Amino acid sequence: MRHSTRIAVGPVQFRIGSDWRAPVAALDRLYASYPRDDARPADATVRLFAARPWRRWLRPSVEIGGDFTVPDALPLPLSMGLLAAEMGMNLQVALGWRRHLLLHASAVARDGRAVIMSGESGSGKSTLAALLGEDGWRLMGDEFTLIDPAGGDALAFPRAVSLKNAAIAEVAARVDAARLGPLLAGTPKGDIRHLIPRPDAIAAMHEPARPALLLFPRFGGEAAIEPMGEGEAFVRLTEASTNYVALGEAGFAALTRLVRATPAFGISYPDSATGLALVEQLFAEAVR
Amino acid sequence: MADRVYRAAPPETLRIEALGELTVLFDRRSMQTHLMTQPMPEILAVMAGEPCNAAMVAERLATRFDLGGDGDPTPLIAERLAELAAMGLVAEA
Repeated sequence: MRHSTRIAVGPVQFRIGSDWRAPVAALDRLYASYPRDDARPADATVRLFAARPWRRWLRPSVEIGGDFTVPDALPLPLSMGLLAAEMGMNLQVALGWRRHLLLHASAVARDGRAVIMSGESGSGKSTLAALLGEDGWRLMGDEFTLIDPAGGDALAFPRAVSLKNAAIAEVAARVDAARLGPLLAGTPKGDIRHLIPRPDAIAAMHEPARPALLLFPRFGGEAAIEPMGEGEAFVRLTEASTNYVALGEAGFAALTRLVRATPAFGISYPDSATGLALVEQLFAEAVR
Repeated sequence: MADRVYRAAPPETLRIEALGELTVLFDRRSMQTHLMTQPMPEILAVMAGEPCNAAMVAERLATRFDLGGDGDPTPLIAERLAELAAMGLVAEA
């Protein structure tokens, strides 16, 4: 590929190649402060390539490729090359990673204890994690959390946070503009802007944290806390894991241990301030 | 329904973990995870060792648990056995 870069996010080493300079330059800017070890073999490869050779210049359109591909993924216009790279990185991890149980969940940590938040798109898990990451917590990740099958610890995947729609203004008001990527307006997922995690979160990205709390947030409605049984938490997390089936008994063992050892709650919240307060309250009770 | 005789999966092929009111079971042969509630785990437990029909399972359950109710539980247990067979956790002997 004409342009390429290496990015290490938590335990995953990515090699990203592109037919165009712009997406690689944008990634290099977002990930400039991440530790690099170019000698390490890549765990996952993402390729952004032109659908047809002339498409490099004429209405350029980015196809996403790599070790794993989704056959019906639509090409994106070049202006969304950064989103294409992010989608490619997510896809390679979601489908290819086998060393840990992979949960589609955000996570933050304090004093070595992790709060893992799992929910559908729109639940607010990413926004809560981003805001907590600016408010005294270590951001472990806004999209994926890895569970070590051997010891049960949570491992971070602190990629650049993908802020969407209303979350963009909410977070932008609290952070230095230098930590924000370009606004990607009108993508298939709405408006997107990336946030570079705080330097302490990046520096600590290889440090595991012991799970303290499993939360299933739901944005909207009155503030509410609902304790969740181990069985329901297990079922929800199998649905939130992209590699549970592939891991076989190791995944089963990791997940049963996680839900037994970690109190779980569904939380509803009408606004971010309430959501943050509920997380603080439940964390204080869990680690007491 | 004929009272069929079933043999439970060998215990070493199953990993069974109680999680509150649910029981999760990993079948090492199929690599599948099954979720179950009472009385499925109890039925599997009393079937260990030898082939059983529903009447035998009912009798063994009655010695260990209070089954409640006055009626004969055998037809219900026969239905549960058929469900366990559909999951591949028991097989007709």
